[in-house]
Amino acid sequence: MSAAAGDAVGEVVGSAVGALSGDAAAQPDEVAAYALRLGDDALVLAQRMGEWIAAAPELEEDVALANIALDLLGQARTLLTYAGTADGRTEDELAYLRDAEGFRNVHLVERPDDGDFAYCVARLLGFSAYQVELYARLASSTDHTLAAISAKAVKEVAYHRDHATQWVLRLGDGTEESRIRMQAGLDAVWPYLAELFETDELVARLGDVAVDPAGLHEPALAYVRGVVHQATLSVPEVAVAPGGGRRGEHTDALAPLLAEMQALPRAMPGVRW
Amino acid sequence: MSSRGWPLWEVFVRARRGLAHTHVGSLHAPDAEMAVRNARDVFTRRSEGVSIWVVPAAAITASSPDEKDAFFDPAGDKVYRHPTFYEVPEGVEHL
Repeated sequence: MSAAAGDAVGEVVGSAVGALSGDAAAQPDEVAAYALRLGDDALVLAQRMGEWIAAAPELEEDVALANIALDLLGQARTLLTYAGTADGRTEDELAYLRDAEGFRNVHLVERPDDGDFAYCVARLLGFSAYQVELYARLASSTDHTLAAISAKAVKEVAYHRDHATQWVLRLGDGTEESRIRMQAGLDAVWPYLAELFETDELVARLGDVAVDPAGLHEPALAYVRGVVHQATLSVPEVAVAPGGGRRGEHTDALAPLLAEMQALPRAMPGVRW
Repeated sequence: MSSRGWPLWEVFVRARRGLAHTHVGSLHAPDAEMAVRNARDVFTRRSEGVSIWVVPAAAITASSPDEKDAFFDPAGDKVYRHPTFYEVPEGVEHL
């Protein structure tokens, strides 16, 4: 991710990231595992949203989605850099040299858009609503690096949430066609939201270092439901999809995404560009 | 969605407090709120500004190229309109 990552990310790595020291009595490898989850979510969604560059409905939207993807990539870089300090791996080694089963992202961020802008917008609404609540709380983490990363990121994801909100309102309360497509986008995304809020023993053991995602469910969903209602759309009533991303169990969509993202560093180990 | 359906907006950015908003370019957006957001993404992603105005390009009344001679040429030989015909006193700063 080093040189190709673009202008928006270079400044965020380095200053905020210290080495894992196991402060607040948390195990360094467990803090790293937690940072890896958050970083993988951001990295995989950055890659998915990057697919929209030059393919969005308008040039202006190309730029908006690229900005959001770069924000997420910046978050991923700091989080993976921090996670890597536990066992001496770099952000690039973590991003480029793990296979799908090594990734700890939720299924929501790896599912393909298939060129469906409404799906992209619906996913961004759900994911950024989760991230706003997450980072707002994680900014008070007893782990100072996670707190610093979150304090910076919360402003970024607040804008992502606003961007998604604007589009859901316009497409939902727009034409008959846009309304049908926006509802279909929400329906397709909805089964994958629940995984974001699943808690487990790692989070419980980390205590005040981490944020229990279960506690984010109500505020995040309240925001999303509010937007859906304002857009005159319906809150989907669909079955929850099986998760497992936090355990390395992924859908078939992740491997091809990684293959594209990792192709160059794997073909030419150690390459810089 | 096509650009033909989205109106053009002129974008003005204020670089910092105390300066005037300056025209920086134009973009397409479906409405004013989205135009402000698109302007944020297109024109201020390197911290170029602290305030953005957007104006529908259709709302701007411009001088006509056909009237260029009558509009602008008469000012060409009136050097006395430039404030250069007085002595600046010693010690006056910021002039």
